[in-house]
Amino acid sequence: MSANVQSASPTEGKASTGRTISALIAKFRELGLLAFIVILAVGVQFRNPSFLTWENLTDIATNTAILSILSVGMMLVIITRGIDLSIGATLAFAGMVSALTVKHNPGLNPVAALLIGVGIGIGCGLVIGFLVSWVKILPIIATLGIMNVFRGFTFEASGGKWVSAHQMPTSFKSIATGSFLGINNLILIAIVIYIVAYYFVSHTRTGRRIYAVGSNPDSAEVSGIRTGRILLLVYTIMGGLAGLAGVLWVSKFASAQGDTASGYELSVIAACVLGGVSIAGGVGKISGILLGSILLGILNNALPMINVSAFWQMFIQGAIILIAVLVNALVKRGIDRNNLMRRKI
Amino acid sequence: MEQRLLTNKKEFKAKGFILQWEWLLVALIVAMFVMNSNLSEYFFQYDNLRDATMGFLDKAFIVLPMVFIIMMGDIDISVGSIIALSSVVMGDLYAHGVPMPLAMIICLAVGTLCGWINGMLIVRYKELSAVIVTLATMTIYRGIAYILLKDQSVGKFPSWFKFLGWDYVGTLPFILIVFAVFAIAFGLLLHKTPFGRRVYAIGNNPTAARFSGVRVDRIKVIVFTLAGLMSAVTALFLTSRMGSTRPNIATGYELEVIAMVVLGGVSTAGGKGRMIGAILAVFLIGFLRYGLGLVNVSAQMLLIILGGLLIVSVAIPQLKSRFAIKRKA
Amino acid sequence: MKKFLVTCLTVVMLMTIVAACGNNNNNGNKGSSASPQASNAASPSGDSGAKKKFAIIFKNTGNPYGEKEMEGYKKAVEELGYEAILKAPDQPTAEAQISMIEELISQKVDALAIVANDPDALQPALEKAMKAGIKVISLDSAVNAASRLVHINQADPERIGRTLIQGVVEMIGGSGEIAILSATSQATNQNLWIEWMKKELEDPKYANVKLVKVAYGDDLRDKSVSETEALLKSYPNLKGIIAPTTVGIAAAGKVLTDKGLKGKVQLTGLGLPSEMAEYIESGVCPWMYLWNPLDVGYLSGYVADALVNGTVTGKVGDKVTAGTLGEKEVIADGDGTQVMLGDPFKFDASNIAEWKAVY
Repeated sequence: MSANVQSASPTEGKASTGRTISALIAKFRELGLLAFIVILAVGVQFRNPSFLTWENLTDIATNTAILSILSVGMMLVIITRGIDLSIGATLAFAGMVSALTVKHNPGLNPVAALLIGVGIGIGCGLVIGFLVSWVKILPIIATLGIMNVFRGFTFEASGGKWVSAHQMPTSFKSIATGSFLGINNLILIAIVIYIVAYYFVSHTRTGRRIYAVGSNPDSAEVSGIRTGRILLLVYTIMGGLAGLAGVLWVSKFASAQGDTASGYELSVIAACVLGGVSIAGGVGKISGILLGSILLGILNNALPMINVSAFWQMFIQGAIILIAVLVNALVKRGIDRNNLMRRKI
Repeated sequence: MEQRLLTNKKEFKAKGFILQWEWLLVALIVAMFVMNSNLSEYFFQYDNLRDATMGFLDKAFIVLPMVFIIMMGDIDISVGSIIALSSVVMGDLYAHGVPMPLAMIICLAVGTLCGWINGMLIVRYKELSAVIVTLATMTIYRGIAYILLKDQSVGKFPSWFKFLGWDYVGTLPFILIVFAVFAIAFGLLLHKTPFGRRVYAIGNNPTAARFSGVRVDRIKVIVFTLAGLMSAVTALFLTSRMGSTRPNIATGYELEVIAMVVLGGVSTAGGKGRMIGAILAVFLIGFLRYGLGLVNVSAQMLLIILGGLLIVSVAIPQLKSRFAIKRKA
Repeated sequence: MKKFLVTCLTVVMLMTIVAACGNNNNNGNKGSSASPQASNAASPSGDSGAKKKFAIIFKNTGNPYGEKEMEGYKKAVEELGYEAILKAPDQPTAEAQISMIEELISQKVDALAIVANDPDALQPALEKAMKAGIKVISLDSAVNAASRLVHINQADPERIGRTLIQGVVEMIGGSGEIAILSATSQATNQNLWIEWMKKELEDPKYANVKLVKVAYGDDLRDKSVSETEALLKSYPNLKGIIAPTTVGIAAAGKVLTDKGLKGKVQLTGLGLPSEMAEYIESGVCPWMYLWNPLDVGYLSGYVADALVNGTVTGKVGDKVTAGTLGEKEVIADGDGTQVMLGDPFKFDASNIAEWKAVY
């Protein structure tokens, strides 16, 4: 288990012995990003007063829910030194199949539709998990290939047609539009997933093993962790979440297309990496990816609202992402330096 | 993971295995030619095969430096955007009266500059991986292209410019000859120079490479700059092929290039692979697409076949080494 | 070593078979929906030379509008007794269409109809095709005049632009703020229609109508939704939205429905009846326009035939008899020529029920 603790200490304050100091650092780790988000929000508010209104904030949250759900799975995958490029295709495939199902069985319970989507996603995830953990294909190649295959399946399943709003029963569409206690279902689902995920990665043995596998696969194997199983689990979770997101997507937009969410994987990876998940593996926090998703959500919502030319939007978006990661990196450097000095004293 | 380390060691002792990967690609190419010739009478004709290379070789220029980048365990997803930006700058300058040869030189300069910026950001901010840096610059570069041209396209290039993408020297396409020259140059750079050996060393173990005196940062900057330059070369040929340019050209090229490199046997974990593999992969995918296109296979089926090919061909050696280990044990 | 080579070869052979099977399956599956003719094309030599081959390339695959256009083209071509080849790349890019044009030149097709992803970028490839003796026409989304013999226009862009403004002004009662939600900023057709909308708005009778913004949803669901929401918040007095693109108008309809803005913000534009049936029936979008994509394809098939048989050359004044559509005349269009299908068709609550099942 030594690998476990060792790996966790740099980022996950709670696991290390120096509780207070590390906890403080852990809080500060995303400070740069948080500050950046606040500054950005204030700036946008300045240009358009309707930005920080309850209605708009709910819109941002609803529109970001799917992205944030996917980033949980992606974080786990990246922590194990992997990457999953196929989630856009998995999402489309699961969404299309569940949409076709409700089209032919309008009386179907929406929960059953959700389960069908999740089931298909888990199936897709298992395939990738098998390729990565057992056949030992590098994740980027396996998912790059599978991405094409699932996308092709989606087109084949639909026969080139779309499933439109009028072909879906109201019960299915209300998965995404309905609300509970005044909070939209999408937001609720995302919150539940974040709570479960937080408990899973920080307080369960399996969760900690994911970090161990990512920070040092060899010592993880030596210390008795079955890396293969962990990898299989991680890709299956990713697949299941992508399947869930597929149903939510189709329900939210009331339309299933063959090219649904094409290229969405890059947004999800961006949300993770913005949130401090390291591509080198072993590092990543739930709070980080939440902030990363929120930043992207705000960008998507705010750029159309501040009334810049449509042709400038892309440049501004890229520039903000770059500045955000640079600021975050510099703030982290500053913290590390302070930390180091304190240790010397 | 332990197993992979073991196989790694074995491969480096017995160079034979790496050779086998290229033989597998050759076998695949032969099979693909046999299959396509059976499917369509139009496939195995010199004129058609020759013209087909003109269609897929444009992205192949980026495959060459991408081999270096992936060899070092990095990745560059901004190449498609660099193509768009350098092409749009060239077109815009020409439309504003700059002579075409000068505009072409500036196109190459813009690409090189973009690549250099990528490289500098990556070595200056080591805590950021190449993925996030190039993800950001990908958006920025294409964003600049949109700012420059908005919803317009520019074209009407001088008639000799069409030569690049559409004409022949003797009987061979010009683009094929240029590609051959670059391929040989990059192959020599990787396999016959100290620079290439250092790239392998970085790929195998960056820390060890650094301690043994390899100037990792400098090599990384050079390699990313080369990727920018080759993206601009692609921009020249692609613009010539299209006779015009607009900000959305070369969308999605990065993934196609990466797919070719990994199919060529270059490992994204770093330190493994040869230039010839990637070049073979370019021709394998290119001719396969062309051949299936000749029998009008639907786009979705093409996706499934190409994805399946990628996975199956990568899985074979993995499975083989897996069983080899089991037998030993 | 030897063993391994044997394994390799076996696998290669297997893959050959798998790929070939995949190909056959594909033709079998698609038989009902899109292209039974593709299987004829796949079987080598046999019937080549006997039948003339007419090809069509759409923007991208998996687009129901495009499937209908290709279906119409195929119907015409088969009525005439030729072989139809239907192609569409998986991504809507000009680069992919150039490769497809090259593949069709190699196959020595007789005619090529293209729905272009870019008006200029296909010029060198299409010129090469015309040099090879292929009759090239464009339909729906045009290529420039130098790259085609004639263009099949689904409806007059001027009429589309002006009708949409007249429609939205009628809906909002003659005054107020309106906005446009388009596809990508690079989309040829949409940009042309928007130009005409702006020209129509110059008329003094629209003095009280203000176009506040042209937003681009890139034909992506999520982006179109964000853009619509931003329009509603940035312009609280917005009274009408024109979305001349299927994904955009459906996304806007969804947002207006969810926010309960039916009747407060009016929506019109161009969209597929099947996608829009829900919102037209509920009254969120009182009416919208479109032409029949089947007819666009069908007309193109007959024009291509006339060009191949040499009965017309594509110059102004030529007349083509297009099966069930009757006689159509070639008219001028800028530097080139075109055939006009007719006026856009109006879909409202009274007729949407019968059309939503068609396309």
